[in-house]
Amino acid sequence: MDLHYTAEEQAFREEVRAFMRDKLPGTIAAKVAAGQRLDKDDMVNWHKALNSRGWLAQHWPEEYGGTGWSPVQRHIFEEEAAAANAPPIIPFGVNMVAPVILRFGTEEQKQYYLPRILNSDDWWCQGYSEPGSGSDLASLKTRAVRDGDDYIVNGQKTWTTLGQFADMIFCLVRTDTTVKQQEGITFLLIDMKTPGITVRPIITLDGEHEVNEVFFEDVRVPVANRVGEEGQGWTCAKYLLTFERTGIAGVGHAKEALRHLKYVAGKQLKNGRPLIEDPLFRARIANVEIDLMALEITNLRVVAAAQNGGVPGPESSMLKIKGTVVRQEITDLLRRALGPYALPFVSEALDAGSGVEPVGPDYGAALAADYFNRRKLSIYGGSNEIQKNIISKMILGL
Amino acid sequence: MDFSLTDEQRMLQDTADRLVREQYTFEERQKLLDSEQGFSAEMWRQYANLGLLGVPFSEASGGFGGGGVELMLISQAFGRGLILEPYLATVVLAGGLLDAAGTEAQKAEYVERIIGGDLIASFAHSEPTSGYALSQVETRAEKQGDGYRLTGRKAVVPHGDSAEWLIVSARISGDTGAEDGIGLFLVDAAAKGVTRRGYPTIDGLRAAEIALDAVEVPGTACLGEPGQGYALIEQAVGRAIVALCAEAVGAMEVACDLTLDYLKQRKQFGVPIGKFQALQHRMVDMRIELEQARSMAILAASSLDAGREERERVLSAAKCLIGKAGRHVAEEAIQLHGGIGMTWEYSLPHYAKRLVMIDHQLGDVDFHLERFSDLMETA
Repeated sequence: MDLHYTAEEQAFREEVRAFMRDKLPGTIAAKVAAGQRLDKDDMVNWHKALNSRGWLAQHWPEEYGGTGWSPVQRHIFEEEAAAANAPPIIPFGVNMVAPVILRFGTEEQKQYYLPRILNSDDWWCQGYSEPGSGSDLASLKTRAVRDGDDYIVNGQKTWTTLGQFADMIFCLVRTDTTVKQQEGITFLLIDMKTPGITVRPIITLDGEHEVNEVFFEDVRVPVANRVGEEGQGWTCAKYLLTFERTGIAGVGHAKEALRHLKYVAGKQLKNGRPLIEDPLFRARIANVEIDLMALEITNLRVVAAAQNGGVPGPESSMLKIKGTVVRQEITDLLRRALGPYALPFVSEALDAGSGVEPVGPDYGAALAADYFNRRKLSIYGGSNEIQKNIISKMILGL
Repeated sequence: MDFSLTDEQRMLQDTADRLVREQYTFEERQKLLDSEQGFSAEMWRQYANLGLLGVPFSEASGGFGGGGVELMLISQAFGRGLILEPYLATVVLAGGLLDAAGTEAQKAEYVERIIGGDLIASFAHSEPTSGYALSQVETRAEKQGDGYRLTGRKAVVPHGDSAEWLIVSARISGDTGAEDGIGLFLVDAAAKGVTRRGYPTIDGLRAAEIALDAVEVPGTACLGEPGQGYALIEQAVGRAIVALCAEAVGAMEVACDLTLDYLKQRKQFGVPIGKFQALQHRMVDMRIELEQARSMAILAASSLDAGREERERVLSAAKCLIGKAGRHVAEEAIQLHGGIGMTWEYSLPHYAKRLVMIDHQLGDVDFHLERFSDLMETA
């Protein structure tokens, strides 16, 4: 047992750090650090920078352009990327649909879609949730009826993250209503420009446009766009979820957020002294840091155990729960550190180049909104209650 | 980064696990509670024969040179068995101090006998008003000729009732609370002026209040440099914290297993109560706490070789988290068991008691949270 990083792992960390220094545009990092909005170009440019180094597809086999990294290397990358204030990798193409295409897709699908994902030719979004199907995903109702070489799709998807930028959507649709729910689902790849598709924004409680509703009205989708067999969609969906859960602990992000919390608490004053010197607030920070120390080791233990299998099993549900709780706790403390200056809500101040100054300290403009935004962490990707159901069934056998 | 055990470590783990599983039944343990010593001399002999008493000692002292991981593996097995023997007091604390600071003569006289299972010893450090602070030593050591005269009171000394020798901390100079000026002295528990009141603790172990009334010790009884005991104490306590954390993880494992079994067997309203989501989620929370505690025990075990600040920071983090997790698992295990979880005859509540009492040894959640808070990196 040795919790030190090996010389090779240290060298890898230096390599990642150098890459962040050289290739992460300062304007983008500054936006991330300040909690300002990223536009589509920012995100695409970051994907391109990573791809030019061969570092975009961290979960793919090397023969298709994957990195071949070990879980520890992925962990190091995540830490360094977060520490450098790099934008997140948008997961829908590279980390979600791609593994499904790799596992269940035809050779033609692999040849066509995978390079386009690497080159950022297609922006993907996820068509899973529906108004009536949240945690009970298998109850989805969006209907696909076979008509010659096409399916005709009718229905509605929701919570479609960054769907406003998307070229493609991968969808779970119902192709058979006569069999058991899970057996009547099919996995389709749909071009967002197809007639009959409408995207409407959903504005979230922080005033942001991040998620959308997607409506399908007699949308024709070629049968060639089906991944796997008809009725095999649920198998694809479950396989995708295991990838959705990799890196779910968010340790790198949490460590960076904790550093930011200490920075903010060092600037804010209480009775004329830095807030971080206040024993009560300092103890709150200490508490969350201790939880995070344990989470980091738990995360590394899970990924180490999965080293051969590639993706973690139901243990990742533990990481999802604890990781989101820790991250939410940090955003909570960031908000509280601001005191009365958590109140001002000047949306324009979150646009770099708007020229609008935030009210109060410059590091505070995004913190309250971010706190509200991060409530989503314990809801999406299978709510924390669903994760507990998974642990209960898969690990505890209850 | 590697979480796997070496072959030797795996063998050690097997040895300790098998011993506890096969020979340390809950029924046998409960009989020992009423015995005079409160633990099994026969088991102690077996630990010695299997080499477990020598594992943490350096090879120079005649031990196996085991580090934090080895100590963790043994302690975790002991936690699963809820063992009563004075491993922490004799091997980890008293033994740790002797190993680190003993002269050749002292090691020859004491360490060999500890490793052989022939000497029970303990570390008499805490005092009635010291709480958990390691530097709060009021007991005085006055120079007298070549030796010292010790006067003061020591509180809740683990296995202080059966220890034949005590390592007593006493102040040679400085004010109560100063790190400088604390001496360590080897004291025969039967020496003139030593009065002991032994008693059981609520978790089934034993301890003693010890009064020292002008106890005279020779200069050769001094352990380490006179007055420079604090760093030694901190190091020995650090190892003991690793042992306690791992013991807690072992006890939490059993508490979780027992509770899970109970949820599957106990029927109410015509179904096993484990079918109820309200209980499932609480069981899940217990398991998550266990895994977080396990991670911290591993981190603590691996920190012993680090520099002082890093080591102490991690140890406080670990003890804090495990104190919280231990209490959570203990309380929830009792609650999920219902009435049976309140009975003396059933094993689970004894695990719960030990888990909560581990937080009362060598610093509780608040003590270590405050300490971590002081040591925390802020930039």
